[in-house]
Amino acid sequence: MMFFDTALTTNDLIFLARGAGMTLVVTAISVFFGTIMGIAFGILRHQIGPWWAAPLTLVLDIFRSIPLLIQLVLANAFVTTVLGWRISGFTVACAVLSLYTSAYCAEIVRGGIEAVPPTLRRAARSLGLTWRQDMTSVTLPLAARIALPSWIGLALGVMKDSALVYVVQVVELLKSAQILITRLQEPLFLLLICGLFYFLISFPIARLGGYLERKWSND
Amino acid sequence: MIEIENVRKSFGPLEVLKGIDLTVAKGEVLTVIGGSGSGKSTLLTCINGLEPIDSGRILVDGTEVHARGTDLNKLRRRIGIVFQQFNAFPHLTVLENVMLAQRKVLGRPKTEAEAEAVRQLNHVGLGDKLKVYPGRLSGGQQQRMAIARALAMSPDYMLFDEVTSALDPQLVGEVLDTLRLLASEGMTMICVTHEMKFAREVSDRVAFFHQGIMAEIAPPAQLFGAPESAELRKFLAATA
Repeated sequence: MMFFDTALTTNDLIFLARGAGMTLVVTAISVFFGTIMGIAFGILRHQIGPWWAAPLTLVLDIFRSIPLLIQLVLANAFVTTVLGWRISGFTVACAVLSLYTSAYCAEIVRGGIEAVPPTLRRAARSLGLTWRQDMTSVTLPLAARIALPSWIGLALGVMKDSALVYVVQVVELLKSAQILITRLQEPLFLLLICGLFYFLISFPIARLGGYLERKWSND
Repeated sequence: MIEIENVRKSFGPLEVLKGIDLTVAKGEVLTVIGGSGSGKSTLLTCINGLEPIDSGRILVDGTEVHARGTDLNKLRRRIGIVFQQFNAFPHLTVLENVMLAQRKVLGRPKTEAEAEAVRQLNHVGLGDKLKVYPGRLSGGQQQRMAIARALAMSPDYMLFDEVTSALDPQLVGEVLDTLRLLASEGMTMICVTHEMKFAREVSDRVAFFHQGIMAEIAPPAQLFGAPESAELRKFLAATA
């Protein structure tokens, strides 16, 4: 019965819930801005062709290939020490995580757009729709349907990756759990609770994906 | 009136249109026949500016299609085009498919666009499929929807690019019947087709394309009855 013989108090649970709230906020901000930038970068990459997009592709590849932990530490050191800006770790965390998200999202968006048959876009243009009208009414809605499962995967991944923002002094869910583990010395039980919190955040996102997929399947 | 003057067009080293001269009058039904790679489909996509041309010019009611400053989106409202692929927008219902460009391009109010869409869909025999998604339609029905979608823009000209080529044989008839109906109503049409019987029946004139050149153009009785060139005789013998 050791699991129920715990020193965990209600206040500790509230502390964990706060951490979960921080995870949720950092994730929501990063996924929101990362997706907007990702859509813009993805359209740009598709539209201007591989040659002109090469510099953008290189930058996005950098964000995708360097471990997030290193990006966070380096970005934080750069803005606070080199630039001397007085900005919070929270801001740095959101900025880095947004760019990191956008790098992955751009690829997802580009893949989605390229999966829309060119003949369909041609038909849209031949009806007199402008490039922008074709994008907003035909191509992006179809690309969104194609990209949705990957995007849900990205959002869930970013939520778990957001655990790394502790390195810039943001106390999110996993860091909160670690603080309690240090004090209470009940690692397994606390990690179990922590995992449960992650699940509670993830599950609605995953279900939203399932719901949208069903809704868009046009049965 | 569509005037095509000495139009040349290459894809890389391959010259697909080698100086085409052709005039299509208002109300005329012109069918274009010829083997694959003869340039007939390319000509259609050049007429509404989906493809650039290398030299020559194309005038639609006096507006030069490929001139700098020509508003192609505006021009395309007057020229409907239906392709071999059905190109239904799969995320929209049949009704929404036909309403989209009316709303976005012509700026028609919703009720007006809907009334026009219903009218055109009834016209092509899809009045009972308004709320259905295209995925539930047969190829022939999707193609008729594409025709209704183009007609809803009230175009002055309709271009048909091998619209029955991707259909199962038993579905070809219903689409050709729709084209016959349009022709009988006086629509100006250019139809690229492999359906010789159809070309013979509905055309005012038939043009035969061969290797980027318009080899012959004549009323169907003359073109099919007394083909002048050896290429056309060979082509007709092969398709008969």
